[in-house]
Amino acid sequence: MLRFLPSGPKAFLVEVEDNAQVLSLLNEVAHRVHSDWIKHVVDIVPGERTVLFDGVMDLNVAQTDIQSWRLQAGPARPAMTVDVECRYDGPDLGRVAELWRMSSEDLVDYHSRLPHRVAFCGFAPGFAYIRSLDEDHLVPRRASPRSNVAVGSVGIARTYTGIYPRPSPGGWQLIGRSDARIWDEKREPPALLTPGTRVRFIPI
Amino acid sequence: MADKVRFATVVRPGALTTFQDSGRPGLAHLGVPRSGALDIKSYCLANRLVGNTSGSTVLETTFDGVSLRFASPALIAVTGALADVKVNDQAVGWSMPVYVGQGARLDVDAAKVGLRSYVAVAGGFQVAPVLGSCSRDLLSGLGPPPLVADELIEIGPSSTIAPSVDFAPYLSLGNSPVLTVHPGPRRNWLTEQAEHDLFSQHYQVLPESNRIALRLKGHPIERRYHEELASEAVVWGAMELLPTGEVVVFLADHPTTGGYPVVGVIDESLASLCAQLRSGDEVRFARTRSWGTSNGSDFKTLPL
Repeated sequence: MLRFLPSGPKAFLVEVEDNAQVLSLLNEVAHRVHSDWIKHVVDIVPGERTVLFDGVMDLNVAQTDIQSWRLQAGPARPAMTVDVECRYDGPDLGRVAELWRMSSEDLVDYHSRLPHRVAFCGFAPGFAYIRSLDEDHLVPRRASPRSNVAVGSVGIARTYTGIYPRPSPGGWQLIGRSDARIWDEKREPPALLTPGTRVRFIPI
Repeated sequence: MADKVRFATVVRPGALTTFQDSGRPGLAHLGVPRSGALDIKSYCLANRLVGNTSGSTVLETTFDGVSLRFASPALIAVTGALADVKVNDQAVGWSMPVYVGQGARLDVDAAKVGLRSYVAVAGGFQVAPVLGSCSRDLLSGLGPPPLVADELIEIGPSSTIAPSVDFAPYLSLGNSPVLTVHPGPRRNWLTEQAEHDLFSQHYQVLPESNRIALRLKGHPIERRYHEELASEAVVWGAMELLPTGEVVVFLADHPTTGGYPVVGVIDESLASLCAQLRSGDEVRFARTRSWGTSNGSDFKTLPL
């Protein structure tokens, strides 16, 4: 079920049921980048349950076309997989383990075995919202955010895991650290974790 | 001639003077803001006045201008916020091409009308681009840092194309300018009362406003829903309704995604005006014609 939400005269959001459909929608876009209207669109930006098309010449043409797409229900075509080595020694690890009523060792085992997939980016260049946790293991953000979270910190909040691409304030529960180059302005693309990418956390 | 590097020295950097060009479109899906010159018309005009190709890098000042000393002769133009422009303490024209002699000092004084002035030089300011742009993005810190005193700025080789404009008039901001608003994706988060309040009151621009967003003071706007909204991508001009009932308007350095409902989107043609609003200025919002007929909303349309 698609829903079109106007965002000014040249942009709209497509709202879908869940993030899996967001990724299916992006797959469809990837197949059609040379179509008449998509090639002129400036930005195509996924969110949790939406995709923004910004810089659209004719909203009607675009929306009529999208309505004719058949979004794949099953798993999307093979996605890129990135391995991220992680030292699970974050300051909030014990608290989260307590919340989940498991030992720290079990938490490491549990988190590193989850299927992780980048849902969308935001907050800072290269910051990926990696969809990780199931509904039984939601994690609240910290009541008071830290004013300084070190680059490479691995945090969790709600159903997401995130790796801070640069030092910044942050309210996520920190469970580990990684040396992976999450963001590199000189690399193409500069972000290591792009929407749709599968991520494997390797405990070290 | 071609092998000689031309440069200017920063005598007075001003409160916040940044390099700007047309920004980094097309990278929002990686969390990279579009950025770029805030007053896009004045930016383009400044480059045209000195015969630059579009997209050349200029300086964007914030309220109190900038002073530069040119080590070699240069052709410059100052546009945007209305300000006194002087070369070696002699008044020269604003919004027109001006020759600055070797060793001369250019002063752009504090803005008399508006907030941000643009200084273009024939050949463009040369700084290392980041992701294809020399714009300083205040949200994410991408691009060259703001000017500091005594900094040397390289100037590119100037083209042989003579400037095609010798004077350009400017538009006055007027009192209490009206910002026209298109429907946003979460327009239905506004109650009828909220819509009435949004379009009938005067808002005052708050001093916290910057290149990221206009912060506005007004009576709080009621929200129809209070649940958390799933993060979604936002566009330039997005009008976010905060849980406190405050309204913010996103400008060029806005975050790529947001978690608060976007109830409206400011018309793009008002980007330059938004860039020139200063703390204390009053603005009002008005519905565009499309407000009454937009699709995708799940509540009755309102008469214009």
